[in-house]
Amino acid sequence: MSDDLLVKIRGLKIEGRSDDKWNEIVHGIDLDLHRGEVMGLIGESGAGKSTIGLAAMGFTRDGCRISEGTVEFDGIDLRKASASTRRDLLGKRIAYVAQSAAASFNPAHRIIDQHTEAPMIHKVMPVSESQQDAKDLYERLRLPDPENIGFRYPHQVSGGQLQRAMTAMAMSCRPDLIIFDEPTTALDVTTQIEVLAAIRDIVEQFNTAAIYITHDLAVVAQMADTIKVLLKGDEVEAADTRTMLSDPKEDYTKSLWAVRSFAPPPKPAIIASETPVISVKNISASYGIVPVLFDVSFDIHKGRTVAVVGESGSGKSTAARCITGLLPPSKGEILSNGIPLPGNYRKRNRDQLRQAQMIYQMADTALNPKVRISEIIGRPVQFYTGLTGTARRKRVEALLEQIELDPAEYYNRLPPELSGGQKQRIGIARALAAEPAFIICDEVTSALDQLVAEGILRLLDRLQRELDLAYMFITHDLATVRSIADEVVVMKSGKVVESGPKDEMFRPPHHPYTDLLLSSVPEMDPDWLTNLLHERGVENLGDAAAASM
Amino acid sequence: MSGFGADLFRLVLKRLGFGLLTLIVVSLIIFGAVELLPGDFAEEILGQGATPEAVAVIREELGLDQPVVTRYFSWLGGALTGDFGISFGNQRSVAEQLGPRFANTLFLALVAACISVPLAVGVGILAALYRNSIFDRLANITTLTSISSPEFFVAYILILFLAVMNPIFPSLSNVSSGLDFGTRLERTMLPALTLTLVVTAHMMRMTRAAIINLLASPYIEMARLKGVSPARVIVRHALPNALAPIINVIALNLAYLITGVVVVEVVFVYPGVGQLFVDSVKIRDIPIVQACCLIFAATYILLNLTADVLSILSNPRLRHPK
Amino acid sequence: MIFLYIILIFAAAAGFAWLFRAGLVAVLPRNAAMLFGSMPLTASFGLLMVLLYVFMAIFAPVIAPFGEAEVFDKFNALPGDDPRFLLGTDQIGRDLLTRLIYGGRNTIGIAFVTTCLAFFLGAFMGFLAATVGGWLDQLLSRGVDALMAIPQLIFALLLITIVGQSTLNMILVIAVLDSTRVFRLARAVAVNIVVMDYIEAAQLRGERLPYLIFREILPNAAAPLVAEFGLRFCFVFLLIASLSFLGLGIQPPLADWGTMVRDLSQFINFAAFAPLTASLPLMAAGAIALLTVSVNFVVDWMLHRSSGLKE
Repeated sequence: MSDDLLVKIRGLKIEGRSDDKWNEIVHGIDLDLHRGEVMGLIGESGAGKSTIGLAAMGFTRDGCRISEGTVEFDGIDLRKASASTRRDLLGKRIAYVAQSAAASFNPAHRIIDQHTEAPMIHKVMPVSESQQDAKDLYERLRLPDPENIGFRYPHQVSGGQLQRAMTAMAMSCRPDLIIFDEPTTALDVTTQIEVLAAIRDIVEQFNTAAIYITHDLAVVAQMADTIKVLLKGDEVEAADTRTMLSDPKEDYTKSLWAVRSFAPPPKPAIIASETPVISVKNISASYGIVPVLFDVSFDIHKGRTVAVVGESGSGKSTAARCITGLLPPSKGEILSNGIPLPGNYRKRNRDQLRQAQMIYQMADTALNPKVRISEIIGRPVQFYTGLTGTARRKRVEALLEQIELDPAEYYNRLPPELSGGQKQRIGIARALAAEPAFIICDEVTSALDQLVAEGILRLLDRLQRELDLAYMFITHDLATVRSIADEVVVMKSGKVVESGPKDEMFRPPHHPYTDLLLSSVPEMDPDWLTNLLHERGVENLGDAAAASM
Repeated sequence: MSGFGADLFRLVLKRLGFGLLTLIVVSLIIFGAVELLPGDFAEEILGQGATPEAVAVIREELGLDQPVVTRYFSWLGGALTGDFGISFGNQRSVAEQLGPRFANTLFLALVAACISVPLAVGVGILAALYRNSIFDRLANITTLTSISSPEFFVAYILILFLAVMNPIFPSLSNVSSGLDFGTRLERTMLPALTLTLVVTAHMMRMTRAAIINLLASPYIEMARLKGVSPARVIVRHALPNALAPIINVIALNLAYLITGVVVVEVVFVYPGVGQLFVDSVKIRDIPIVQACCLIFAATYILLNLTADVLSILSNPRLRHPK
Repeated sequence: MIFLYIILIFAAAAGFAWLFRAGLVAVLPRNAAMLFGSMPLTASFGLLMVLLYVFMAIFAPVIAPFGEAEVFDKFNALPGDDPRFLLGTDQIGRDLLTRLIYGGRNTIGIAFVTTCLAFFLGAFMGFLAATVGGWLDQLLSRGVDALMAIPQLIFALLLITIVGQSTLNMILVIAVLDSTRVFRLARAVAVNIVVMDYIEAAQLRGERLPYLIFREILPNAAAPLVAEFGLRFCFVFLLIASLSFLGLGIQPPLADWGTMVRDLSQFINFAAFAPLTASLPLMAAGAIALLTVSVNFVVDWMLHRSSGLKE
């Protein structure tokens, strides 16, 4: 086995520069990668996975440096090698696929010219041959019009296509190793499938070794032979994929796996005669002259959660903007407890504004970084309930306790001094301060690491039961929908495609789009992608490409 | 790809139209500002000894009895054909006084631009490539100092060292029409150098910032990760994208020259538009002030317009529409 | 020889800057000491100089040997002619050292007042445009675009021609013209803040415009605006000096540096035999340059800090 060892990293320590000091961010990592092996590096943000991936290429970003350890590629010590030796390896034997293809393609050159650059400068093959090869690769990767697509400029091609073109570019010299740095994170689920299948297929065909970096467990389960779990620059655990999924050893790994098992007890059925807290009736809306919502209707009842799902651009956030009054609908109306609300929030009275609150996706931008927690929560308390002085302080402290933060410690803090999850909790407390009946949760967990997201979901569920709150839960993550929704509304291109109770929605038959959406969400089962492709009648992507031409 | 160029053409046309609009608005401001003057031209000309009869005569002579709109269009129409009216100060035609001076100012600005543009862009790129090196820090301190100095300080320092202590160039720029190119260049050198020092500093700092910004792009990292040599990264991957920002920087700073020219011409008694402008402001010779303002503003607008159009043309995203 | 002097001056400046920084660290409480301890020598030098200038401006009547407009019977005295007048006297017999000190006080003071005016006007309008948006934003922004299409010095000269030459007129003209630059920045900063979700949250809560501007936007815009204040001050200071140099700025009998440079400029030709006399115009001009450089050094450091050490 030892001769086909491709990458050998021992005791790798990396430092990053901040506040004019070097701080260690990777604390001694060992890594062995064999020829043809795909290793998944998984961890939350700040785990150091991208840094390690780049270090395996002998590369560090500006402001980082390798302080200790060895990085060997096929017996060559990359730390000791000269810059020109390293350059000879990069692109030719080691290639890189970046997270954002749109930013990583040079806007000034055609895609195919960037593709042929590495083979040309490394003298692997002449440009004409490399161009032909590029077209072959585009075809294998199921890009539309493989003969001509390469002659376009990057901004003329969609994100999912660019990501595949970049994978093709990484393949241009048939490298021994490719580093995939979150290649599908920026994509929608339905697009992600195509890119994942393409990557897996091509890596298998050429027997290329790969390091696949991601924060998504289900994705890594499809792609990797072995998985290494990282936490804050340390290795937690490493094993082959099936072992890791079925029998994790460390508590941290187990907790990562457990996230998707959160299932609150079901709630009683809706009382049919009850007036919904919010009722959206046939609303249409447009930005300027561009129509974005078409005849959307749904109801949200007291104490229940309606999940609105769809990909980016489906209109789910626009629907929320209509409800809050930021975007007055052009047609239809919104009823609050049966009474119509003015379309524009400026025309609503204080009590109407109080009734509907909002929790945002990015806790960073949702809290004013220069305002203390006491004021962030205290202001709506005072504004809506008129409490001042000690009464106001007591109320803010009670709210902090409700969201499980110690008032003594957090009362006077500023948002930048909090972690992402804590900020999101403050956002929840600010919404609760208004004592609302209804809260819109706009992708509240999607910017958070999974463990933290789990905590937020549990908190929201508890608060709902305690306070009888109605939630509109906007998300693109179907796992979240499964765990917390009572009713589901599926949206596409500004229209409601399908809606109903959760149990019905997750049971066939589905609307074709719902079906596509549901089936595209990666599952933890390592055979999921294979099975899915099989079900969709695609055994091998190369064949599919031929068939679809 | 079928609509190649059509969008681009429309974009450029739109920008040109906008430039024209700006020019019209600026001419309105320049004309309108003078209208706000308490009293009017006629009283200004006659000063203390204005009798109502004399005022009336002059008003009629200058057409001041016409409505504002008529006067604006006749002024603008005159300006477009090079007729800026008669100077209050010496009763000579404004165009006649401005003409030769405009050529002199243009010559001065051209000499300054020829030295400063290559220098600034070159040093700026080097400073960006070797950022945080001694060279970069030195360039940073030097340029910051020269930006912070008033033009006349730079001018007198140059006079002190290059005219008084080492008589290389004359300290007064006695330029007239009969001079041969060499002598003219020699006499223009000190004001041109002064302008160069000030403008180069600005231009170099902006070039450096633009290049550093560019080098941080993911596609530059991608090129390095493909094993592309540093020289090729610069030439093939950075420069095509750097063109637009650099063109912008150059045009912006050439526009800046216009302001600098006024003070520098006064220091060196250089017979250009700037000096005439300042003298006319002192004696409130309004037709000349208006004409100078219009010329300076139009040049400034045209330079900015050129920058915009060139950077539209050099942007690959706009050159190759979807 | 000259290079030796230059190196000596640099070394002295660096030395003073280092001592000043060390002194600050020793004197100030811990947090502030950390902050100032990390500043580069250029910033330390800049800060020291700015403090010296401010001190000189405030205590001019105490420092200056004579009154600002005091006239003596000895005019056009060269340095060294009379022990009473260290730097000599001008053409109507005023002590040049006194004029230099008062000139600093006037030039700095007037520039400061002008910048403050420009700032209040520009920042307020900018925030208003960004927060209210719609037609008000369009109106203000397009108006500012039009004003900015004319180079500032040129426009200032035009307006001064119209309103007449006086110190007050100059202050108002420059304040209005410079407020357009402040408007642009304040609006740009505020526009980036206004799209933040916390502003939307406050709007949806039903908060009124003053609360939005003063409680939500202003605290976040403060850092870039303070840095901009430094830059704007430099710009205004230079513009006023230039106008005064052209004879169109600060008017007599007020002493100011720009006018002094122009009045003394002929002395530069004496460089060969009377170096001190020749350096008189350069002293005033150099004093202007030194203050601007110093402010710029400090601003540079502040900007670098607030940009999060990205470079």
